[in-house]
Amino acid sequence: MCLALPCRIVELLPGDQAMIDVSGMRKEISLALVDGVEVGDYVIVHVGYALNRLDPEEADKTLALFAELGEAALAEAAGAL
Amino acid sequence: MKYIEEFRDGELAKGLAAAIRQVASPERRYHFMEFCGGHTHAISRYGVTDLLPPNVRMIHGPGCPVCVLPIGRIDMAIRLALEAGVILCTYGDTLRVPASDGLSLLKAKSRGGDIRMVYSSADAVIIAQKNPEKQVVFFAIGFETTTPPTAVAIKQAQALGLKNFSVLCCHVLTPAAISNILESPEVRQWGTVPLDGFIGPAHVSTIIGSRPYEFFAEEYRKPVVIAGFEPLDVMQAVLMLVKQVNGARAVVENEFSRAVTRDGNVKAQNLVSELFELRRSFEWRGLNEVPYSALRIRKAFAGFDAERRFDIAYQSVPDNRACECGAILRGVKRPQDCKIFGTVCTPENPVGSCMVSSEGACAAHYTYGRYKDMDAVNA
Ligand code: SF4
Repeated sequence: MCLALPCRIVELLPGDQAMIDVSGMRKEISLALVDGVEVGDYVIVHVGYALNRLDPEEADKTLALFAELGEAALAEAAGAL
Repeated sequence: MKYIEEFRDGELAKGLAAAIRQVASPERRYHFMEFCGGHTHAISRYGVTDLLPPNVRMIHGPGCPVCVLPIGRIDMAIRLALEAGVILCTYGDTLRVPASDGLSLLKAKSRGGDIRMVYSSADAVIIAQKNPEKQVVFFAIGFETTTPPTAVAIKQAQALGLKNFSVLCCHVLTPAAISNILESPEVRQWGTVPLDGFIGPAHVSTIIGSRPYEFFAEEYRKPVVIAGFEPLDVMQAVLMLVKQVNGARAVVENEFSRAVTRDGNVKAQNLVSELFELRRSFEWRGLNEVPYSALRIRKAFAGFDAERRFDIAYQSVPDNRACECGAILRGVKRPQDCKIFGTVCTPENPVGSCMVSSEGACAAHYTYGRYKDMDAVNA
């Protein structure tokens, strides 16, 4: 039950609520735990609450790092053959 | 889905696997504990172990909220439903956990208990609003991720002036459990687990931040890498841990920088400390009594505390004798070491709590790993 998903905010609703899009399905969640969320932001949703905002720049950096480390390792492995 | 699929990419996984093979020194063994059930699940589901060199071993930790809930706490919830006649609202995960007298919440429901599965703590508040003539209790379980939502629900109930809503608070704290694994006297009883480092929680850390783990890194000289719950996150964390071990370093590193900061979610932390205070001690399944490891509702909010409102004192109940959950939650044994794993105890008919939640070590191994072991035996 600790699983939580990054979801995109598609609409802000009254009472600190928001609508998210989960694979085409719309679902209402609470924004009571986060400040300053806007439409288009990604948030980590858990038991109906946004726990935190997801930082797209950091996500891209992490993916780029995976690719870089992997390519270097595979190149080295190929070189060793 | 964005920010999920990219972190499951098979090609990138191969690259990271090659990187791990290159840095892991063949002369030594590496034992890393993934604290969270979310990591256990990802490791089993995506076969991460198969991508790791044989001298890098992952040990499952106790970070599955359902698995660490002791029988006595479920008994309290059942008593509320069957004896006190309340509407008991619970997350679905707890429904099938075996309790005393052959009962579970699900079986108590079929005996007439008004037990309702909710997706969110807010749903429990709505049920209380709609049923003013009944007492409604929310069975609040979980680590630091579910505690802030419980706090919000209590604040909501207060704002609405609800007199029929209360919470059976069973929220537990991650750092306390990690130190317990590292230093408790039971380690002598179970034998010590060689641990070279930890993969730190993903979503718990979005709330508490990375700072609380700095203590472990310093005090116990163990590296900690906070990682997301996708398979590539886990592999990158393993790579970072291997590098720390090789360099004789022990610091906190954050692989999950897309969602975790050093300070965490301060708004959520403030809310939690407004409503809750530390319990002196709390029993965990598998870890026994752990000092200062759980929260209770503060006196100022006593009206919302089911333990004060109803006569339901906690009573400790021993686990089924065949069940090895205790040793498994400490990483000393593996699910397949349990004599009744996969025979008497299955996800359809769980004997212990590790078999109930999909994040439990036994359930994850049953669902994704059992047949592999059988192949290995047959081969
Ligand atoms: S297989 Fe079942 S009985 Fe055995 S340790 Fe796991 S949960 Fe307990």
